[in-house]
Amino acid sequence: MSELKLPPLDYAALAPILIMLGAALVGVLVEAFVPRRLRNGVQLALALLAVLAALTMVILNADARLLTAGQAIAVDGPTLFLQGAILILAVMTLLLMGERAVERGGAFVAHAAITAESAEDRRQAAGAGGATEVYPLATFAIGGMLIFVAANDLLTMFIALEVFSLPLYLLCALARRRRLLSQEAALKYFMLGAYASAFFLFGVALIYGFTSGIPGRVAGVDFATVHTAVTESASSPTLLYAGMALLAIGLLFKAAAAPFHVWTPDVYQGAPTPVTGFMAACTKVAAFGALLRVFHVAFAGAAWDFTPVLGTVAVLTMLVGAVLAVTQTDIKRLLAYSSIANAGYLLVGVLAPSKDGLSGTMFYLVAYGFSVLAAFAVVTLVRDADGEATHLSRWAGLGKRSPFFAAIFTFILLAFAGIPLTSGFTSKFAIFAPALDADQVWLVIAGVLTSMVLAFPYLRVVVMMWLSEPGDATPTVTVPGALTSAALVIGVLATLVLGVAPAPLLDLANGAAEFVR
Amino acid sequence: MEETVRFAEASGFLGSVWLLVAIPLVSAAILLLLGRRADRWGHWLGVAAIGAAFVLGLSYFFQLRGLENKQVELSLWQFITAGDLKVDFGLLFDPLAAVFVLLITGVGFLIHLYAVEYMAHDEGRRRFFGYFNLFVAAMLLLVLGNNYVMLYFGWEGVGLASYLLISFWYGRPSAATAGKKAFLMNRVGDAGLAIGIFVLFAQLGSTQYEDVFNGVGALSQTTVLVLGLLLLLGATGKSGQFPLQAWLPDAMEGPTPVSALIHAATMVTAGVYLIARSNPVFSANTTLQLVVVGVGAVTLLMGCLIGAAKDDIKRVLAWSTVSQIGYMFLGVGLGGAAYALAIVHLLAHGFFKANMFLGAGSVMHGMNDQVDIRRFGGLSKYMKVTWLTFMMGWLAIIGMFPFSGFFSKEPIIVAAFEREGWTAWLFGMAALIGAGLTAFYMTRLFVLTFHGPKRWTEEIEHPHESPKLMTIPLILLAIGSVGAGFLLATSVPDWLEATAGLGGQEKGHEAVLAHWLITTLSLAVTVLGAGLAWFLFRNGTATEPQPAGVLVTAARRNLYTDAFNEAVFEKPGIFLTRALVFLDNRGVDGLVNGLAAAVGGGSGRLRRLQTGFVRSYATSILTGALLVVAAFLAVQAGWLA
Repeated sequence: MSELKLPPLDYAALAPILIMLGAALVGVLVEAFVPRRLRNGVQLALALLAVLAALTMVILNADARLLTAGQAIAVDGPTLFLQGAILILAVMTLLLMGERAVERGGAFVAHAAITAESAEDRRQAAGAGGATEVYPLATFAIGGMLIFVAANDLLTMFIALEVFSLPLYLLCALARRRRLLSQEAALKYFMLGAYASAFFLFGVALIYGFTSGIPGRVAGVDFATVHTAVTESASSPTLLYAGMALLAIGLLFKAAAAPFHVWTPDVYQGAPTPVTGFMAACTKVAAFGALLRVFHVAFAGAAWDFTPVLGTVAVLTMLVGAVLAVTQTDIKRLLAYSSIANAGYLLVGVLAPSKDGLSGTMFYLVAYGFSVLAAFAVVTLVRDADGEATHLSRWAGLGKRSPFFAAIFTFILLAFAGIPLTSGFTSKFAIFAPALDADQVWLVIAGVLTSMVLAFPYLRVVVMMWLSEPGDATPTVTVPGALTSAALVIGVLATLVLGVAPAPLLDLANGAAEFVR
Repeated sequence: MEETVRFAEASGFLGSVWLLVAIPLVSAAILLLLGRRADRWGHWLGVAAIGAAFVLGLSYFFQLRGLENKQVELSLWQFITAGDLKVDFGLLFDPLAAVFVLLITGVGFLIHLYAVEYMAHDEGRRRFFGYFNLFVAAMLLLVLGNNYVMLYFGWEGVGLASYLLISFWYGRPSAATAGKKAFLMNRVGDAGLAIGIFVLFAQLGSTQYEDVFNGVGALSQTTVLVLGLLLLLGATGKSGQFPLQAWLPDAMEGPTPVSALIHAATMVTAGVYLIARSNPVFSANTTLQLVVVGVGAVTLLMGCLIGAAKDDIKRVLAWSTVSQIGYMFLGVGLGGAAYALAIVHLLAHGFFKANMFLGAGSVMHGMNDQVDIRRFGGLSKYMKVTWLTFMMGWLAIIGMFPFSGFFSKEPIIVAAFEREGWTAWLFGMAALIGAGLTAFYMTRLFVLTFHGPKRWTEEIEHPHESPKLMTIPLILLAIGSVGAGFLLATSVPDWLEATAGLGGQEKGHEAVLAHWLITTLSLAVTVLGAGLAWFLFRNGTATEPQPAGVLVTAARRNLYTDAFNEAVFEKPGIFLTRALVFLDNRGVDGLVNGLAAAVGGGSGRLRRLQTGFVRSYATSILTGALLVVAAFLAVQAGWLA
């Protein structure tokens, strides 16, 4: 047996990941040692500082193009761009999670196990401080996502997947209001997530088997080996293709592509709204980051044969998202289906095998993340005595009650619908143009048609807010605290700026659009 | 073009020329955004902004005088970049722009001052000043842009301001309709201008004046003709020239200061500016010049004829504006040295027409907003300042020596006679007859308003002179009407020499009549027209409409141009709209609604698959997984690729 040698580590390149995971561990200690009344502030500050420090490191690393940790981690343009995106969106998420002014005690529950509807439960709902464990959990998840987009071998990728998924399952269960719904959502997410992970792992196993057929080379699941195997392996290609399909399924599950999207509406609806925003923004970035890397780096030689299959998945995803959004009556479910449709558009970008396709997809991820977090920030504000009023009928006439927030939400919906001067337009353009260049006309046509269908539910909300008379049931908008305001301002400004002057970010994405292998 | 046009980079003090646009714009934004909070002091802010712009404009003007290359360009930022299309947000300050800046801010300042008092009792005064400043900002951008897109930007801006101000009293149906009419007819012209700009870009790859002027020589005659006609269409729309003249008289529904500033002194001259600015294009094709001259001649006669038959004081003035701008078009169409003459007339007209409009406003102010000249008479005793200042304007517009109109109009008439062959006679005579008719209808207006017996409606007992804030601008403008002509006629053509394309122009042909003869003739027809009107109307006129002959009836009906528009454009337009609405309701909507119903139904059915049970979700994922794996394997086997 050969001696086990530690691979050399490039600490600077790994710093963002190490900072996040380290901060999460410190957060656990904070839970144990800091007095309860200080905990929320300390945890929030710690998490934000960690994210900002990690972001600084990402920026300092901007020119790094290297493989480290024994080829397991790739720090290259897409990694840094997507890590940066995840971290910036994480700042917004943490701000929303930290908000305590909108609801006493915040959006999270302290003791999730108390019997629902009992007297104790009502006391707790009325304003006991929420769980502060959410910050280390979120920090762990962010750390996992940073690894996920940098993972350069399939096992690292799998572990990263679990590192960021497990905290998410827990976070989903911690809603202060409608707790049973939240716990049910978490359980569904967990079970189906485990199910999808199994597909992914099985795929890894098949690919490993396939790489053992390379003459004169040890089998392995790092992307360089897989890439070589695609062209040189003597093993049956069935292993490769079945493996690729299973890998794709695991990733498409996280990305919420049809028909693996089924968990999305229930989980988005049940999870605490800041967590929903986190999933819609950051999880999407992570999942598509991994998809891009797998297809551009590992399977570059074979993957594009499958464009018709994945294209069908993309079209199906767009269709399911758009068509089902039409009849939704709950704003969070509506946004869930919109997020599913957006996963379809993103797949179109993934399937454009060019630099422009890559940079367009990355741009889209950032632009969509900002808008969707802003949208969920508004959702946290529209409330009545029982918490958030998410049923659409309750939003009727909101424009008369709270014109400012209704206007902001209208703006975000218009961005989702892809109206010019919003980031929704520029990002769709950034994705559809390379797809056209790659002769994927059918995908673009499907994209445009479903966008039209999708405009209907968005505009229905707009019409409802502005053209209906407010009734007794119309909730008011709570004046947001500083944290939610900050998140909202960031999201709306980004949506506007990326719509009016997208060039700097597009240039950045273009400059970053090259993987190392 | 023989010589290349080169603009110098703006430096030093001239580098801040953008302030001219920014100051009125910021003031407009403050007035419109602050809302009622600005009600108490808003009008003074509006006046101060224009005053400041005038002072700045004056200092830029003196700065420019000292420069070697009197065309300075200031590139602020790249406005549009899309593929090959690059448009700068840039300004050009040259002699032509400078005189326009001084006219707009100078006359604009006086009219603003007047409006403070005129609008004192109107609830919307702050809003009025907001729009007014918006107009000034847009107009300054129009004349200061260094490319056609900037010009178009300002062009649309003044169009918007004009629309907002015409329908300022939007509660009155007539004002709202007039606003819409102005807007729609302007759209026709604007479309022409826009297409013209597209042609420029397609043919020359640029819309910068510098590139266009240097490149136009290389274009084919047909291209130049098409381009010029498109620009001309834009110019006729904005300047109320034939065939797009119908909106201008209706625009008098706006408050009188608006009529004075926008629909007499400045905005309506934008068409003349466009042609003068584009002189390298228009000088490059003789057919084009003939069309411009034709438009000018037709319009100037038309304006005179209709003006003579109208009884509404502001409409008579409006038709006289149409007619005077006709003279300017005639001038710019003649080309060569006549460009400068047209600009001189434009500036002089700015003074005396603003003077008369404000005078008309003063009369209305004292007469309970009466506008019918048959209901005035004898006002000279009651409104001395208005009477005297209006008299200066009247003498100026009819071209009486030594008032300003004489020095600005007479050279255009002479220039018209300097054309080649029969066109000299045609256009020369048109200009001459126009002068006589102008004298006639303007004298009619003057006499019926200020002299003769009183024909007032019962409720007016003692008309009053307007307050100081209104009469001081009148007096200043009257001084301009008297003196400006001589000064302008002697200095402006030299000053304009340094403008691209306007310098070093040789005179036209020898006139078909001697110069002294033309001058004598034009003075003679003026005296004749004025004398005739004085004789006919010295004893007033009937207060009821009188039966009239064919020509007068036609003139009262705007020479049937409105009827023509209605029959040829409006009726078929309405029919087309109805047909399209029908098609839309039955065909398009049916299809869309059907599709929407299908989507909704599909959505409802699909929703049932979302049961909420993990087991069914897992089944769905498993089915999907099987299908995807199967598809991948099928691809591998070559069945799908």
